[in-house]
Amino acid sequence: MSVLKPGLAAFASGVLFAAGLGISGMTQPDKVIGFLDLSGDWDPALVFVMAGGMLTYMALFPLITRRAEPILTSIFSVPTRRELTPRLVGGGVLFGVGWGIAGFCPGPAMTSLVTGDTSVIAFVAAMAVGMLSFRALSAVRFPQRQSIRAEAQTDA
Amino acid sequence: MSVESVLMPLAGGVLIGLASALLLAMNGKIAGISGIVDGALKVPEEEESWRYFFIAGLLSGGLGLLLFYSDAFPAAIRTPLPLVLAAGFLVGVGTRMGSGCTSGHGICGLSRFSPRSLVATVSFMGAGFLTVAAMRHLFGGLA
Repeated sequence: MSVLKPGLAAFASGVLFAAGLGISGMTQPDKVIGFLDLSGDWDPALVFVMAGGMLTYMALFPLITRRAEPILTSIFSVPTRRELTPRLVGGGVLFGVGWGIAGFCPGPAMTSLVTGDTSVIAFVAAMAVGMLSFRALSAVRFPQRQSIRAEAQTDA
Repeated sequence: MSVESVLMPLAGGVLIGLASALLLAMNGKIAGISGIVDGALKVPEEEESWRYFFIAGLLSGGLGLLLFYSDAFPAAIRTPLPLVLAAGFLVGVGTRMGSGCTSGHGICGLSRFSPRSLVATVSFMGAGFLTVAAMRHLFGGLA
């Protein structure tokens, strides 16, 4: 299968995604921290970002997945796991602490790389190191178990 | 609260939702940024090439913002560099351990009523609230 058409679609999605992050205010760490700071002058902006994103996706998801397959590829890679694991909570907590410290989550950090800001570059580099470290640790701790990799691949 | 302070986040959110729906409709993929970036950190395979195109799109979109709406970016990041590095590392480890971030779990997962995404989102939101409370009010406003 050619990679060009799926590539161009993914590119267009990335452009739109970045535009959404920028317009919504997610690329401003102060705004994100302002939302996470419940005391004082709380900034509810993120509620509207989440609402806009979720309602749009919620409306389109059933229409899209009604098709037998995606338009340019042969399979919908949608997570099917349902079990709740300590790992899910632990990972969420670690991510939340990092998110709260810097006000960046992965999407806005990637989008902000083009500013050339040292802090953004440092954040993304450290994030990549974190991802690779976790992968290396999983491989050492669970050499035979593929479940860790499988779990990492089935959500998002 | 001004009209703009509601409409801009809402419009941005709708764009994020549309972008995610586009990736699902065309490529059959979930728009989870941490997963896409993590997958791009592996030895490239042809069927994984969409990840690099998506990231190139994010960067191009960022460039567009820089050119046409530079207010999207702060003049400077105030968090001290050592804390930024620690935060990035935690975000990298945490999003892989928890199999997703704000986009994959928060937007795409919650919209599909995924119980795993609900638990993950409550976990990272809760930790985010507590972390900012600690940073702002216990440790004297480092952030």
